Amino acid sequence: MEVIYFLVPIALIFLGAAIWSFFWAVKHDQFDDMDSPSHRILQDDREQRRKKK
Amino acid sequence: MSNTGENLSASCYHCDLPVPSGTRFEAIVLDAPRAFCCAGCQAVAEVIVAGGLESYYLDRDAPAAGPASLPEGLALEAFDHPDAQREFVGREGELACAELSLDALNCAACAWLIERHLQQESGVARATVNLSNHRLHLVWDASQTPISTLLASLAHIGYRARPFRADTHAAQLKQESRALLLRLAVAGMGMMQVMMYAVAIYVGAASSSGMEVEYRDFLRATMGFIATPVLFYSAYPIYSSAWRALRVRTLTMDVPVTIAIFSAYFASIYASLIGGGETYFDSVSMFVFFLLTSRFLEMKARQRAGDTAASLMSLTPRLATRLNTDGSSEVIAASALVPGDHLQVRPGETIAADGVVRAGQSEVAEALITGEPMPVLKKEGDTVIGGSVNTESPLQVEVTRAGGDSTLATLNRLLNRALSEKPQLAQKADRMAHIFVARVLLLAVIVYIGWWLIDPSHAFWATLAVLVATCPCALSLATPAALTSATNVLAKEGFLLTRGHVLETLAAATHIVFDKTGTLTEGKLVIRETGVLRGSLDHAFCIAASLEQHSEHPVAHAFRQASGERLNVENLQQTSGAGVQGEIGGQHYRLGHAEFALKDSSPTALNKLWLSDDGGAIAWFQLSDSLRPEAATVIRALQAEGLNTWMLSGDRSDTPALMGAQLGMDYVKGSLLPEEKQQAIRQLQAEGAIVVMVGDGVNDAPSLGQAHLSVAMASGTDLAQTTADALLLRDDLRSLVTARHQAVATQRIIRQNLTWALAYNLAILPPAALGFVPPWLAAIGMSLSSLVVVGNALRLRKTKHLITPPLATANLAT
Repeated sequence: MEVIYFLVPIALIFLGAAIWSFFWAVKHDQFDDMDSPSHRILQDDREQRRKKK
Repeated sequence: MSNTGENLSASCYHCDLPVPSGTRFEAIVLDAPRAFCCAGCQAVAEVIVAGGLESYYLDRDAPAAGPASLPEGLALEAFDHPDAQREFVGREGELACAELSLDALNCAACAWLIERHLQQESGVARATVNLSNHRLHLVWDASQTPISTLLASLAHIGYRARPFRADTHAAQLKQESRALLLRLAVAGMGMMQVMMYAVAIYVGAASSSGMEVEYRDFLRATMGFIATPVLFYSAYPIYSSAWRALRVRTLTMDVPVTIAIFSAYFASIYASLIGGGETYFDSVSMFVFFLLTSRFLEMKARQRAGDTAASLMSLTPRLATRLNTDGSSEVIAASALVPGDHLQVRPGETIAADGVVRAGQSEVAEALITGEPMPVLKKEGDTVIGGSVNTESPLQVEVTRAGGDSTLATLNRLLNRALSEKPQLAQKADRMAHIFVARVLLLAVIVYIGWWLIDPSHAFWATLAVLVATCPCALSLATPAALTSATNVLAKEGFLLTRGHVLETLAAATHIVFDKTGTLTEGKLVIRETGVLRGSLDHAFCIAASLEQHSEHPVAHAFRQASGERLNVENLQQTSGAGVQGEIGGQHYRLGHAEFALKDSSPTALNKLWLSDDGGAIAWFQLSDSLRPEAATVIRALQAEGLNTWMLSGDRSDTPALMGAQLGMDYVKGSLLPEEKQQAIRQLQAEGAIVVMVGDGVNDAPSLGQAHLSVAMASGTDLAQTTADALLLRDDLRSLVTARHQAVATQRIIRQNLTWALAYNLAILPPAALGFVPPWLAAIGMSLSSLVVVGNALRLRKTKHLITPPLATANLAT
């Protein structure tokens, strides 16, 4: 059972990393517009494919 | 799209409306000729093709809205004026940036089209469309391209972009919701971790050998370590709102929540330190996470409502053309006007301040201020009110009152006074919280004393169990969960709630008061009846529409809706308060009052608009402000709900009475000044009625402020909208009925939720007080009762459409 002295800190480091990356995402406007970017990337793709034809 | 493959279909290739027979508007799109319903759609398609953006037509999944009409005259250029720009244009380094709200954004392809089209314009650095709130973020070089050019360019592809007042409130709301999202994430991740360790401890304790104390204490310490940020960072808004409540000496649900969280947390810390007792880190973190989730959803709903409302408050530059004594003219901000200034007011412009006409004569629409739809003839020496619109010919106005003294400002003051007197219904949940909180605290004390007498070593832990088990998690979720889910559903139905109390007040309402013009009616003139004396109806329409095609007069707008071609008119002349005349194909025509068109003033001919040529009368048109097609159904439905329907109007004619009788309203009163309307509502309230007011104009604003609940039309004026607690987004009165049903249903769900939460808390109380509830049972019980409450609230998402089935389309066609 001594292994938890090693595993629990690792879990805490992961937790810290997860929270840090979430903060980063929110502060960089990743959650501001949940619709448009997904459409934009598809639209540009389609446009390019048509041009190739 | 069904029409992409066909060559010439019966519906417009651009907007999907039927193509009127006999017209021929065509353009080559995607290598095939396509038919259009009007010159506007055709022009839009041609611009799109010219820009190489044809694939819009392949990718769109909804037809476009009809072409956006370009505002004429000063309208667009006015946005270039520095005074106007100060309100909405910011700087990004060398470049200017602005946020614009977009109309008619139907699908993702629209966003693509707009971005690409604008990027082709010179001077545009970046154009990004946000589909979720219909905003366009524009960064451009203002020295190279004025914003009016960009707005016009958008109009050419069929979209209307409007600057709106940068709302500090909305910005603040966005900041808050961001902070809350971060707190929620910390609480969520922390909760998951803590639960994991908690399960380990519970399993360890349940196994036959038991967990070694060393490991248990280590896990407890870890849980405490993770729960600390959850408690002090995530739950901070709960404490601050509890503190605010205590400072004004009320008890809200946040107070016992705070007490429970803190006592459980510190007791757990204490238990970890001494290595005995129970820890509640898992319950506390989960509790915080649940509460924040409900708050976050509520905040999102409010933010969306705020965004939509802000977009509606379009910013119209308040500018005026001042004539200087040397004969030159300059455009200045309306706020810079002083009494004595002379203004030049062109047709279609808004008169910037109260004044007296010094030269010219024209008809002026005062609908926004007085509520009367027909424009009033103003001659030299007549007074005009700031905010009214000049419809016909240029006027010179000498300013008599500007700024704070003007009629508009006076109405504003009236409104502010009404708002400060606005009666509020006490919130049911808050009342319940007050009683509940006081009792729980009292009970905790009793339990503590009881145990202290029996067995002092158990007193603290039993009391803590009472506080945690009865922690009103479900109780405090009960109301917000139901409100959030109802708010979201209603927003989709076109009923936007901007204040929190709307649903409760609406469910309790006894009277609903309507304004007439713009609320029960469309607020614009339409051709009601026509009679032809000579020739064909189509011919008469064609002549009349051609004569009126360049006029800004409301009558002209009625003819503009008529289809058919327009002929070229020569020697066009407008006579204020009478009509227009001009030559078409060498023939002289007159359109106007009987006296003007027929030289006849017999009473039978009055109230009609006559078309004549040299040979006498050709046709007559009866114009009136038409009732909204759904009005009658809505009034009946509201009456069936047991509401008293009233109409209070500023109209001095007998129209309100006639209309009221036609709709079967319970009480109708006309010729009311804004103050009198407000007075009438105050009177009703004094008699104990709970009043809902529906209105649109500036003249309704004071009464909207006075009513318990105010609903404004989306097409209404800014002043009415800022006052309103709710907005009818689609100008569809049927949303009112849906909202009322939803409000009643919401109240029912809230009642069920509160009952359930209370019942659970009462049931768990005796075992908790007797010391039979271990922490894990308290945690499970709490989450289950919360889930029941949330699940119950989600039932509100199923709306019943009561009178949504199609309206009699025959009504619409008139």
